[in-house]
Amino acid sequence: MLGTAVIVFREVLEASLIVAIVLGASRGIPKRGQWVAGGILIGVAGAGVVAAFAGELAQSLSGNGQAIFNAIILSLAVAMLAWHNIWMQRHGKEMAAHVTAIGNGVIQGDRPVLALAAIVAAAVMREGSELVLFLWAVAASGATSLPMTAGAAVGLGGGIAVGGLLYRGLLRIPLRYFFRATAWLVLLLAAGLAAQAAAFLNQAGLLPALGTGLWDTSSILSQHSIFGQLLHILVGYTARPSGIQVLFYVTTLASILGLMKWIPSRHNQVVGSY
Amino acid sequence: MVRPPFIVLLLGVLTAAAAAAAEPGPALISITQRQFAPQELQLPAGVKVRLLVKNTDALPAEFESYDLSREVIVPPHGSVTVFIGPLAPGKYQFFNDFNPDTKGWIVVTKP
Repeated sequence: MLGTAVIVFREVLEASLIVAIVLGASRGIPKRGQWVAGGILIGVAGAGVVAAFAGELAQSLSGNGQAIFNAIILSLAVAMLAWHNIWMQRHGKEMAAHVTAIGNGVIQGDRPVLALAAIVAAAVMREGSELVLFLWAVAASGATSLPMTAGAAVGLGGGIAVGGLLYRGLLRIPLRYFFRATAWLVLLLAAGLAAQAAAFLNQAGLLPALGTGLWDTSSILSQHSIFGQLLHILVGYTARPSGIQVLFYVTTLASILGLMKWIPSRHNQVVGSY
Repeated sequence: MVRPPFIVLLLGVLTAAAAAAAEPGPALISITQRQFAPQELQLPAGVKVRLLVKNTDALPAEFESYDLSREVIVPPHGSVTVFIGPLAPGKYQFFNDFNPDTKGWIVVTKP
């Protein structure tokens, strides 16, 4: 039962933390709850479909289908996180005003609600499909169903609870710093997911490793530890990264930061010229 | 005529090219009765290796390694390809994420 709980917890944790960050970062955006909930539902349905076709996916593209699929889903999530941050950079001040004066004024522009739903759906689908396959494996291995169900429930509840704690922690950040803090969380999350995508493309043989194990910090902070796993999910911590992972991490971080600076100022200039 | 999307063609070509470029024949790890065989796989340093992970069990498994940043579901009675390296000499752990008792090592030595 404990083994089941731990594995379910770990699978749920990644999706749960990403949902918490998205909910925090989108604070004040009208109807964001509905979009995030919709993303979770689409993610759960997608997880079922991916799990059902896991065999076909695994055998496709010379046995590399799954890694390539994961890389595409992760890249999509990175693009959506970038879009969200760029949008927030432009509208952050309005958002902060909107949060303090609820219902006072409507935020203009294409709100990145679709991005929120897509980020959440991608996270839930990726982790959820693994969860479905794991639970099937446990059920099929003849484990008695009551301890297994209890373990799964404990793991699921625990994973969601940690996401809830993160969200509540975020809400305690003073509003002056709130959107700056969540923008950094989104930025680091995006960089970490980009590094994961790079690892998958390298796993499929599509990208060179550019050196494996550039450094090794597993004796200081193991990825098997809970803190190591939290940092892996939140900021992409990898104890023994390859060169391509570091390259994708740094490039993604620099690109999104650059776009956050460049696009809003360009927009303001156009507006200012009228 | 329905044409496959460009991205699919591109990925297919890239995958084929990558497979052709891999130097030696595939190294094999099998999952049998919830254990890896071999539990210690010897590989030469400095070479990109195509690893074939084969699952002979009726249960799905997840071949995962934090040391190598590898993660892939191996369906029941199925097999998947994982490229690794070129690696520096050392020990790299892998495990079945669906069954944490199932562990193994890749041991890389100078050729």
